[in-house]
Amino acid sequence: MLKRLMVLGVLLLPGGFAAAEDGENYLHAGTDITNTESLQRGARDFMSYCSGCHSLKYLRYNRMGDDLNIPPADLKALMFTSEKPYDTIVSAMPADSETWFGKKPPDLSLIARAKGTDYIYSFLHGFYQDSTRLWGVNNMYLPNAAMPFVLQPLQGFQKPVFKSESVDGQAKMVLTGLELVPPAAGDAHTYLTPQQYDDFVRDITNFLDYAGEPIKAKRESLGKFVIAFLLVFFVFAFLLKKEYWKDVH
Amino acid sequence: MAAAPESAGAGNAGGLIGWIDQRFPLTKLWREQVSEYYAPKNFNFWYYFGVLSLVVLVNQLVTGIFLTMSYKPSAAEAFSSIEYIMRDLDWGWLIRYMHSTGASAFFIVVYLHMFRALLYGSARKPRELLWIFGCLIFLLLMAEAFMGYVLPWGNMSFWGAQVIVSLFGSLPIIGGGLVEWIRGDYVIADPTLNRFFALHVAALPIALIFLVIAHLMALHEVGSNNPDGIEIKKQKGPDGHPLDGIPFHPYYTTKDLVGIAGFLLLFCGVIFFAPTFGGLFLESPNFEPANPLQTPPHIAPVWYFTPFYAMLRAVPSFAGTQVWGVLVMGGAIVVLFFLPWLDRSPVKSIRYKGPIYKIALAIFSVSFIVLGVCGLKPPSGIYPLLAKICTALYFAFFLLMPFYSRIDSVKQVPQRVTGHA
Repeated sequence: MLKRLMVLGVLLLPGGFAAAEDGENYLHAGTDITNTESLQRGARDFMSYCSGCHSLKYLRYNRMGDDLNIPPADLKALMFTSEKPYDTIVSAMPADSETWFGKKPPDLSLIARAKGTDYIYSFLHGFYQDSTRLWGVNNMYLPNAAMPFVLQPLQGFQKPVFKSESVDGQAKMVLTGLELVPPAAGDAHTYLTPQQYDDFVRDITNFLDYAGEPIKAKRESLGKFVIAFLLVFFVFAFLLKKEYWKDVH
Repeated sequence: MAAAPESAGAGNAGGLIGWIDQRFPLTKLWREQVSEYYAPKNFNFWYYFGVLSLVVLVNQLVTGIFLTMSYKPSAAEAFSSIEYIMRDLDWGWLIRYMHSTGASAFFIVVYLHMFRALLYGSARKPRELLWIFGCLIFLLLMAEAFMGYVLPWGNMSFWGAQVIVSLFGSLPIIGGGLVEWIRGDYVIADPTLNRFFALHVAALPIALIFLVIAHLMALHEVGSNNPDGIEIKKQKGPDGHPLDGIPFHPYYTTKDLVGIAGFLLLFCGVIFFAPTFGGLFLESPNFEPANPLQTPPHIAPVWYFTPFYAMLRAVPSFAGTQVWGVLVMGGAIVVLFFLPWLDRSPVKSIRYKGPIYKIALAIFSVSFIVLGVCGLKPPSGIYPLLAKICTALYFAFFLLMPFYSRIDSVKQVPQRVTGHA
């Protein structure tokens, strides 16, 4: 038995290696795909803040409505007027939008699967003021990102914190973190508190995780029944084998 | 010794079976291959991986056929058609995960199946041809897996194909033309995808099925080896059956059912709870469509190729060509074919071999796993050195075997098999 466990251990080892490697410097997203309310808020916020530029070309409105328990009337409110419920979620970007940003805003259907939820959560926390960039912002987690900081009215501005470090004998400024800039005097705009902003970003990240694999929550709940069945099957198979092998000496 | 007349089976069974038996050896085949195929009674854990390979093969064939019904083998549509299967096709996600997890499971069970042969000398006389058929299956399986990996047309599919296909370009004189001929274009492109699809779903599976049948025919001709490495046919009872043998059915059919249930528990655990297996079975960059203008940050083949990929990278270019790494990688497969003649020990099973073989096998196993890890990592830090050392150890295990297996001490092999599980 010990031998078998060791074999299993060796088989599962590379999984551990890979897991330890991922997202070394990213913030922890802490999303939960089974939290439908969070997914609903994420869907609403994605439609308000992101879908103007970013499509979800593999996700259909009605699929999203069914999976996230969004009533048809509310779903209608999330769609462009000419769209049908079975349409996929496209953006309003014209084909030449590349000339606006230097890069066409990417489709986000699979962003959570390609980059991970921690990446998305970190990226939306990573914008800081940088006057050398086209939109006046840079990103700590995707340096020289082409995206303007559309969530600035929610988070406010962050400024970079540099530390002087000696690299190969040369003094270099290294970005170590970000710091929220207090609103300017006379700025009447109400920003979200850092806690509220974290929750806001977590909902959108959760929604994108859902959009990456809409079946994920059902897959995992169905999996429990499959494993339970196989455990029972295993026991009966074992008893059957034992019965037949009684006369082998 | 008068053999039972062939018509005996046909004569006993009336009705439909009798009608068939007079026209096709149905009962005869069943008896010879299953109900009266005598297998040693002392098979242990390691003897599950043959039948599990068969289970995975059937899984790949059946799920593959269903995937083919919705997959579009063109550069423009392949990626989207996979997402269509994953999202819009009823149970498409399950079929796709069964197939993608099955690919990795195939290599796990085949590697363990081959390791079993190293443990118990299963490649040794009279099973040399059985082993060679097995090596050919392994070789074809690698080709099948590589081409299948290209089909989703993700960015890792594209760049993986780019790297592997251009290996042929390092061959002298014919290299450049050969690579173009394989790709059907000057880069990995639509024609490449189309022909890989044809090979993946038709040519290679047919060849694999034929080889698996040949593998099983050879097995049933010579009989199964066992953990003691004893020929059970040498000790027969008055009924002419091996004293240490039991009919495959019902004994091993019921026992294998337990093994299959255990395998399915792990297999379904991955399918339902970790289908990407931490980025090892389905790699993150492959969730982005193929993009000839954007290289993934780190190109590595899927985990089951990484030991050989590490060998490729471990060999430096020499005399202005990198063909040496390709030759070493190919040699790592070719050397397997010679295993039956490399082992000169008078005994087959590790149970009766001396400490030298045990240590050699342990070093070999660790080297192979370390090579696998090295192949996954970028070639920096300690990994290139580790890969070089382990490549040397991999080859040393095989090439020095004629010497160390001869001088190793051996224990007395018993007449009869010891115990049963």
